[in-house]
Amino acid sequence: MSKLKLIIKREYLAKVRNKSFVVMTFLSPVLMVGMIVLIAYLAKLNDSENRVITVLNQSDYFSNAFNATETISYIEFKELNLETARDSALAMGSYGLLYVPKAKNLEATTKGVVLYTKESPVSYVLNTLETIFQNRLRQSRLTKFGVSSKQFADIDEDFEMVTATFEGEQNVKGINEIKAGIGGAFGYLIMMFIIIYGGFVMRSVIEEKTTRIIEVIISSVKPFQLMLGKIIGTSLAGITQFAIWIFSASLLLLVAMFLMDIDLAALSAGPGIANNAMGGVAHLQAGMDNDMQMYASEILKIPWLLLIVSFVLYFVLGYLIYSSIYAAIGAAVDNETDTQQFIFPIILPLMLAIYVGFFSVFSNPHGPIAVGFSLFPLTSPIVMLMRLPGGIGEGGVPFWQFLVSILLLIVTFLAIVWLAAKIYRVGILMYGKKPTYRELFKWLKY
Amino acid sequence: MNHILVAENVSKQFGEHTALSNISLEIPKNCIYGLLGPNGAGKTTLIRIINQITHPDTGSVYFNGKPLGPEHIATIGYLPEERGLYKSMKVGEQALYLAQLKGLSKTEAKKRLKYWFDRLEIGDWWNKKIQELSKGMAQKIQFIVTVLHEPELLIFDEPFSGFDPINANRIKDEILSLKEKGTSIIFSTHRMESVEELCEYITLLHKSEKILDGKLSDIKKAYKNNIFNVGLKLPKEKNGTLASLEERYRITDQEYNKTENQLNFTLQLPDDRTTQALDLLKEKGNLNHFKEVIPSVNDIFIQTVNAKINE
Repeated sequence: MSKLKLIIKREYLAKVRNKSFVVMTFLSPVLMVGMIVLIAYLAKLNDSENRVITVLNQSDYFSNAFNATETISYIEFKELNLETARDSALAMGSYGLLYVPKAKNLEATTKGVVLYTKESPVSYVLNTLETIFQNRLRQSRLTKFGVSSKQFADIDEDFEMVTATFEGEQNVKGINEIKAGIGGAFGYLIMMFIIIYGGFVMRSVIEEKTTRIIEVIISSVKPFQLMLGKIIGTSLAGITQFAIWIFSASLLLLVAMFLMDIDLAALSAGPGIANNAMGGVAHLQAGMDNDMQMYASEILKIPWLLLIVSFVLYFVLGYLIYSSIYAAIGAAVDNETDTQQFIFPIILPLMLAIYVGFFSVFSNPHGPIAVGFSLFPLTSPIVMLMRLPGGIGEGGVPFWQFLVSILLLIVTFLAIVWLAAKIYRVGILMYGKKPTYRELFKWLKY
Repeated sequence: MNHILVAENVSKQFGEHTALSNISLEIPKNCIYGLLGPNGAGKTTLIRIINQITHPDTGSVYFNGKPLGPEHIATIGYLPEERGLYKSMKVGEQALYLAQLKGLSKTEAKKRLKYWFDRLEIGDWWNKKIQELSKGMAQKIQFIVTVLHEPELLIFDEPFSGFDPINANRIKDEILSLKEKGTSIIFSTHRMESVEELCEYITLLHKSEKILDGKLSDIKKAYKNNIFNVGLKLPKEKNGTLASLEERYRITDQEYNKTENQLNFTLQLPDDRTTQALDLLKEKGNLNHFKEVIPSVNDIFIQTVNAKINE
């Protein structure tokens, strides 16, 4: 046992003291925050572009119809013919010229409307303009049927479906997606960790082989001890890295927010304000606030403790399974370039789990595909975590599925570690040739 | 209990390939035991079995009279042929780690390492990384790590490879002094001259089989063929001298130095009685040397292996 501790300590220190580890650990959060800031900045830059539309309005139907928005402003041309208007619109560099002709009635006017632009117009400009004409048309047609403009406003009011569970509790739409998203983040974290740190385990095994220290060490300890110590030591280094990341990333994010003068309170109130501006109806605002509260309470209702405990559980089991396969691969080859043919088959189930998770679990967390993949041990750590935010038991993952997936994982873990240890034991003393799958199979029988 | 290690009918198979077939050995305490054989003979497999890195398919190994088990790991020191150290780890740290894996406490390991580092004059390497050292320097550290836990049985596989002649001698002296202190040593090498110098017992493996073993002096005795190197100073021209000798004995490698009138040759006697031949030679001239040819380990090695191949 004390030998295992020694090995774990050495592997941990070797990893943590490594220059690239230090650089990666401290650079990654900076890069991450930098990316977020950059994306936010670019998005803002993109949104804030104001497009100027010149309007040549010869009709009376649309005299006050064009009101500037945040992204589109209008300049009206008066007393010009179409030719001159087009030329001057182009000369002054406006985004486009909207031509509204004079005609005997509204229907005829709208038929003659043309938008001239240099290239085909972006969709939101087109949508905004179309909406203006559509609304005007609808209003006038309805008036013909004897509907007053007050009545029209009433008809036009938004409708939103209220959904509820059979217990009468009000449901929030999109909460399934949010839950799956949270689980997906956990699952994605597991996949990244397995790929990155499994690779570390593999390279560490290859290093021991190429430096030929392996034979010295296994004359003192059992190969299995060495393999286990390596896996545990490397994963502890990984956990250290994650801890530093989460800590420093949140710290940096706070600092960045402070520097950019973004108020957290304003941020959380943001959607409400936007809705207010759009809806313009007082009780709708109240409804939105209510929604926000419901979302918040739903997110709080996610069984976080269960999620974190099972994250750790699935993480440990999944990581142990995959990293022992990585260790076996490292033992089987002489250098990293030979690992490709063996690595692809183990990355495959991980990718599959992520894609199945995103495409199937998001839309239907308890459908047959989601259930199947959350039981299959090579994908369950990722897929099950995506389902778990819905809880265990009624309305969530049935308890038996949770239990079966854990049991299957444990059984697979024991089997894989046993097989990997066999390949590892033989492989670390084999030099010179790149083994085939058939040879690996033979090693199992030595 | 005069044997540190006894192997009984040990066999090992890797798939289709037989690495060891039915090997039995007895390694006496406090001696240097040479384990010889061409490449692929099974030496490394046997050593790995003794180190419990692999396990025999059949047969058993006894250490100090008891079946070999995990408790013996700390009493064996092994310097493999394919050896290395962690490149980016510091020398001292690495030596401490390996010593602790052999069961030494940290303080004890430090104390002994200091002694050995001073002894081999490498005290100032403690904080260097292996990648900054030359191959020979790294070998010294590996040697120290192998002997540090004062094992009862030491196994050296090609211990001198990578050393310059001065340091190789240094290590040879250390091996001999370890033997003086009572350690039993298994010594595996291709360098026959060091076998000649160091080993009291040898075993010769060939294609997974043991083809020769025993005390080196006994083996040499068994392999000598009553061949003698002779030097004769002739009174005058050699004419006829050689011819008259050849009538009675088989003569080879003759050479004649005209200015000195010196005749050297190799003489094959029918048995180990030399009186008759000496009397005859004395008549011919002034006998200035007469020496029995003792076969070198190298000769024995080649002769035995070739005989086996021709079988």
